[in-house]
Amino acid sequence: MRNIFLFIRRFFTVIVFLVLQAVALWFLFTYNKFHKAKGLGVANEATGWFNSRYNTVEDFFKMKEENRRLLKMNDSLMNLLPSNFIKADTSVLIKKDTIPFDTLGNFRHYAWREAQVMYNTVNAEKNYVQINRGSNQGIKDNMGVFSSDGGLVGQVVNVSPNFSQVMSLLHVQNKVNVLVKKTNSSGTLSWDGIDPGFLSLSNIPKSDSLVKGDTIITGNYSLSFPPGHLVGTVAEIIPDISTNFYVLRIKPGADFENLQQVMVVENLQYEDQDKLLKETKKKIDDPKKSNR
Amino acid sequence: MSDFLRNIVRFLLFILVQVYVLNKIPHLHRFITPYVYFLFLLWLPFSISRIGLLIIGFMAGMALDFFTMTPGLHAAACVLLAYGRPFVINILTPKDPTEFNYREPSPKAMGWTPYLVYAFVLTLLHHGYLTLLQWLSFGTFLEFLIKVVATTAISMLLIITTELLFPRRMKFRTNTA
Repeated sequence: MRNIFLFIRRFFTVIVFLVLQAVALWFLFTYNKFHKAKGLGVANEATGWFNSRYNTVEDFFKMKEENRRLLKMNDSLMNLLPSNFIKADTSVLIKKDTIPFDTLGNFRHYAWREAQVMYNTVNAEKNYVQINRGSNQGIKDNMGVFSSDGGLVGQVVNVSPNFSQVMSLLHVQNKVNVLVKKTNSSGTLSWDGIDPGFLSLSNIPKSDSLVKGDTIITGNYSLSFPPGHLVGTVAEIIPDISTNFYVLRIKPGADFENLQQVMVVENLQYEDQDKLLKETKKKIDDPKKSNR
Repeated sequence: MSDFLRNIVRFLLFILVQVYVLNKIPHLHRFITPYVYFLFLLWLPFSISRIGLLIIGFMAGMALDFFTMTPGLHAAACVLLAYGRPFVINILTPKDPTEFNYREPSPKAMGWTPYLVYAFVLTLLHHGYLTLLQWLSFGTFLEFLIKVVATTAISMLLIITTELLFPRRMKFRTNTA
């Protein structure tokens, strides 16, 4: 027993070193897998406080750019107003309803919220955006995030009471299903960690005739993003010699170096769809139920 | 200002500069991430205990990690740096304690060459381990090597600049204190 104590006293520094290393590595590896870490919610509140202070200063310098984007977005929305159109047939009235359910059976699938970007980087291989909305404001994991001019930004991965962290498209683990607007072929959008100005899109067949500047939009099968929203435009087309697919370099629609205001979109049917998917998987994959 | 208070102010300044200046500058190159926050650990007094150094290292790393959403990454590298620091100091400082009466490592206390060797070895240790941990989840081996060299070079540049721009007024260690 005495020897054990002597041993501990002699190697106390090494033991503390190893324990701290183990704790740090444990944090790191559990976090990478699940995007959750112990105490990160509390820390998120603290970093959020600092970031919001910083953001008040940053806002001042980026206001002009942000105004231009907002004006552009407003302009495109103004063009959608019903008063712009003359109805040929007055017996048909089209009404859009904003409450979740109406008697005609229309219901709302996606709800949008605005949020402000508190902190954002583009230099790392794993970039996150912190926004000033959290679980108190109804933000949940896996909600989609779009920039103020409508380009896809990313997906919420971690939520604290008043702030949340968004995994940006500029994250090497990021994979999003997207469509080429012109040909409707779907592919996988990812980032290679090299240049924050460009994303890469794979799995678009060479039979598609594409040109530079073609629009890429969000796909139909995502639970997080509404379909048909801008993701980016084709910047370069590289034919992959060994396969039958293109490798496309995509210029993102959102300006990641200059994010100020974003919109968070909630899929109101998320839980329903997610439950259905899981139950289907369970039902089909369950080996015990082979007597179908 | 007491040593304790001064180091707390330094800690806050280094973390804030790292988070809001160096992490926010426009993208330079994929291999270059400017780091300078660990200079805080290099500037801690000689007299600090090894256990204390380890714990301070862990806290400094975690503080940065919570901003960059990489819990444990910088903490692990800082703990390694804090563990290695006393060994490097032992090699580089004179053995005779009467010759040596400064409180904390600085170019003036150690001389430029030993100080730069001290900073270089620990920077390399920090970046090597940090990049290794990042490389485990992403990247190729060649990229790993280039990145270690490039980030170390940039950090050394930043450290030398910082030393020249902010020469610390060195207090001698006296019996009265």
